[in-house]
Amino acid sequence: MATSADRSSPMSWRRSKADRSIDTGFVWLTAAFAIGVGVLLLTIAGQVGTDALPAIQKFGLSFLVTSRWSVQDDIFGALTQIYGTLVTSFLALLLAVPIGIGVALFLSEDFLPPRVKQPIVFLVELLAAIPSVVYGLWGIFVLIPVLRPFGIWLNANFGWIPIFSTPPAGPGIYAAGIILAIMILPIIAAISRDALVAVPAELRQASYGLGATRWETIFKVLLPAAFSGIVGGIMLALGRAMGETMAVTMVIGNVDTIRSFSILSQGSTVASLLANQFAEASGLQVASLLYAALILFFLTLVVNVLAELIVRRFSMKL
Amino acid sequence: MTSPEFVSAGRDLKRKPSSPRTLFSSVMTIAAFVCAALALIPLAAVTFYVLINGASRLSPSVFTQLPPAPGLPGGGFGNAFVGTLLTVGIAALMAIPFGIVAAIYLSEFGRDTKLAEAVNFLTNVLSGVPSIVIGAFAYSVVVLSTGTFSAVAGGFALAVLMLPTIVRTAAEALEAVPNEFRQAATGLGSTRIQTTLQIVLPAAIPAITTGIMLALARAAGETAPVLFTASFNRFWATSLWEPIATMSRLVFDFATSPFPAQQELAWAGSLVLVLLVLITSVLSRMVIKRR
Repeated sequence: MATSADRSSPMSWRRSKADRSIDTGFVWLTAAFAIGVGVLLLTIAGQVGTDALPAIQKFGLSFLVTSRWSVQDDIFGALTQIYGTLVTSFLALLLAVPIGIGVALFLSEDFLPPRVKQPIVFLVELLAAIPSVVYGLWGIFVLIPVLRPFGIWLNANFGWIPIFSTPPAGPGIYAAGIILAIMILPIIAAISRDALVAVPAELRQASYGLGATRWETIFKVLLPAAFSGIVGGIMLALGRAMGETMAVTMVIGNVDTIRSFSILSQGSTVASLLANQFAEASGLQVASLLYAALILFFLTLVVNVLAELIVRRFSMKL
Repeated sequence: MTSPEFVSAGRDLKRKPSSPRTLFSSVMTIAAFVCAALALIPLAAVTFYVLINGASRLSPSVFTQLPPAPGLPGGGFGNAFVGTLLTVGIAALMAIPFGIVAAIYLSEFGRDTKLAEAVNFLTNVLSGVPSIVIGAFAYSVVVLSTGTFSAVAGGFALAVLMLPTIVRTAAEALEAVPNEFRQAATGLGSTRIQTTLQIVLPAAIPAITTGIMLALARAAGETAPVLFTASFNRFWATSLWEPIATMSRLVFDFATSPFPAQQELAWAGSLVLVLLVLITSVLSRMVIKRR
């Protein structure tokens, strides 16, 4: 009988050679795709770097420290934009870090019953998902008019401080910083909250048991224990702020040279420079824009890798 | 010592409300509430303004008509809506299969290997690359080599942007499938390919779909990568190889336009984008809750 013949061979339960090689092939295929994701990152760096080469050769490192951006004369320096990127990101962190950590504490400790807390957690997460271009539109029509009197007041009363030395023109560096703060706040809040929630309950109980108040516990036990996670979240937010394009482009004013150090004046960032000029650029201008993109890529890469390493170390500890 | 002595010695276990420590706590608690309020005000303000300004202009006809010429009233964003569907669709075709297959390696075969760890790391770094830089990359890879802005170039840029999200959510979804499934399948004589494609993957499909929906909604709102890849087109695009309008680019262009009719369309377009994000977020919440 056929069946008994099949069973007669003791080796028949083994897979055929073809079966096994298909199986191994499948594993290798998936591995190839996984490697492909990593290769993509390297390709982006390589491609942008190669296309930026003419500008890198022509301007070298002086590109980083000169602020003349002249399409007619084919002379390009990105200091204005690098300065704008750093200042707007710093402003955003200044505003978003304390508030973000405050929100994280608010949503991780038992200030509110869970039934009220859960929807707020969801709403804060939603804040992170609203498209950048929508924030920009809102910034143009709502935020800038609201900020204007405040900027005028700052300039009138504190104009002797260099950072408030110009009357606000409407759009400007400070508006971009505030928009960025709103956009990165959910990132800081969400990651800090995760870090705080992950602190073992015993630490909290022990602190209360020793007679500490809620806020003594928070400052002396919870925040130090969650420190690396919170710092990782802040770094990720910083990376996001430096690369954020649309909302910033729509409210920063987009001037090509630094006229003053005032945060009330108009400016531009590396990302907004690309957004404004790339589509109509040609020749050396394209290479210069890609050089600027490479710098932005490098800046965010450093920040993101640091963030990734910090967050990773913190999650290992748990 | 008896307890009355304790109390009389001022060593009551309760702190007085006026003690500096209690006061500090109360002040900080108020500060935390203020922080939460400050964080929610922008959300409320953005959604409020988008709703008020967008809803008045939103009607079925805006999805079928072309944008008005500068200065003229009326019109719609039919071409941009179709353009967004097309570019996001192209992005999905590229990123979803790629991402899922990569995720299969990370969760099924490569777990705890050095290679998977490296890929995870690079994926996270990739998700932090500014979207404008990805736009520049897509420009030099697709636009320069084909010689034209196009839906395909825009789709390629969005695909690169979506890929890390899809890899991560798919890997998480696959890892959440109980190991008993794999053991049972293997015990019944399945090969690894059968176990993965017929048992593990189908079990993870709902969660993977949720992640993909969120990634697609995000991609639809992304502007920076399509600025100089898909570019813009005032009219209906007739081919995938020519400049095409997208909702996000339309909002950007019309927001800065001096013409009221175009500004109205920018608000209406924003409302559509926000609703897209809101609906997918709520739906994914419901899927996660049901599990």
